[in-house]
Amino acid sequence: MAAAQAVEEMRGRVVLGEFGVRNVHTTDFPGNYAGYDDAWDQDRFEKNFRVDVVHMDENSLEFDMVGIDAAIANAFRRILLAEVPTMAVEKVLVYNNTSIVQDEILAHRLGLIPIHADPRLFEYRNQGDEEGTEIDTLQFRLQVRCTRNPHAAKDSSDPNELYVNHKVYTRHMTWVPLGNQADVFPEGTIRPVHDDILIAQLRPGQEIDLLMHCVKGIGKKVARVANPRLDTFSREIFRNEKLKKVVRLARVRDHYIFSVESTGVLPPDVLVSEAIKVLMGKCRRFLDELDAVQMD
Amino acid sequence: MEEDQELERKMSGLKTSMTEGERKTALEMVQAAGTDRHCVTFVLHEEDHTLGNSLRYMIMKNPEVEFCGYTTTHPSESKINLRIQTRGALPAVEPFQRGLNELMNVCQHVLDKFEASIKDYKNQKASRNGSTF
Repeated sequence: MAAAQAVEEMRGRVVLGEFGVRNVHTTDFPGNYAGYDDAWDQDRFEKNFRVDVVHMDENSLEFDMVGIDAAIANAFRRILLAEVPTMAVEKVLVYNNTSIVQDEILAHRLGLIPIHADPRLFEYRNQGDEEGTEIDTLQFRLQVRCTRNPHAAKDSSDPNELYVNHKVYTRHMTWVPLGNQADVFPEGTIRPVHDDILIAQLRPGQEIDLLMHCVKGIGKKVARVANPRLDTFSREIFRNEKLKKVVRLARVRDHYIFSVESTGVLPPDVLVSEAIKVLMGKCRRFLDELDAVQMD
Repeated sequence: MEEDQELERKMSGLKTSMTEGERKTALEMVQAAGTDRHCVTFVLHEEDHTLGNSLRYMIMKNPEVEFCGYTTTHPSESKINLRIQTRGALPAVEPFQRGLNELMNVCQHVLDKFEASIKDYKNQKASRNGSTF
């Protein structure tokens, strides 16, 4: 009886000991346990698998996935963080930058700004393509010059009063439509997600004049897209001497809580769907390669 | 995972590259000298733990597979070596292909269940608020 229980625990639970976590790795592979049929069975998986949405609003989503293994759940998490495509500024053509922020720092900051454009409507840019066409590029112009405010009070020291245009925000970015983009995207839909992100600060006489090319890409640049939060589990119980011996903390192995927070470009449920499709795309790519090899 | 002296790089398999925007994918198969097709190392380019671990799990669930493991060769190189050894004489390509197919089916099912859940949640919320979502 106890042995059966121990085996069940080994297979199904991750144990939180006082000083460390035990039983982390999945062990239910065929042949490991006598009397268990662990071969992959799609029907059994489909019967046991479920998704429960706990909370959803326009920027964040929390849901549970039950009945799936860590390897696959982690794959989704990794894809959400780094491989869901978005549109972001990649190339910055600087015509004039006399601000105190260096060109490359400014370009780096611009690359981090989330752009409100559905990446599914764009293609990837071909490598080596310098100019960019309407199907893979968005262009933005940023042109700000700071001047002294002639109507400021003589003894004022507040920069908001003394200078005009001394803070460069994302709302100063203007979209420059390429080709037929003006017809496809209605006015005002292609813009940075937030218009109050501070890009740089200027003083009178300084100017920023640049053109940004925004392309579809993946990668750590857009790491703010999702914030899957690992569920924390209180281990406080181990502080209490008497309770320590009686209590055993264990987590169910195949129950995962996902918490996804979007930067605002795509709603979080679309992000998760896209992440799952990305994983399917990877599998399909290798299946096609295998078919190509076997044809010869 | 394998010693270089033992390996005779018998590149069976094309080094095909498909350009998809900025990503090139290639699949190579490497076999040690003196073995038949039941133990093969696959080199998957432009991949990392994301596909590696999930694919390894699906392949291990196949009772015909005796050994399956993957490693990233070096953090600066974006590729993984995935080794499959089968019991008996089953060619290693078969569990590889089956693992990919099964992983795709899992993803499809997860996607369907997820989208159904989201729809239910939205409907519930709409009926609770009494307004259109």
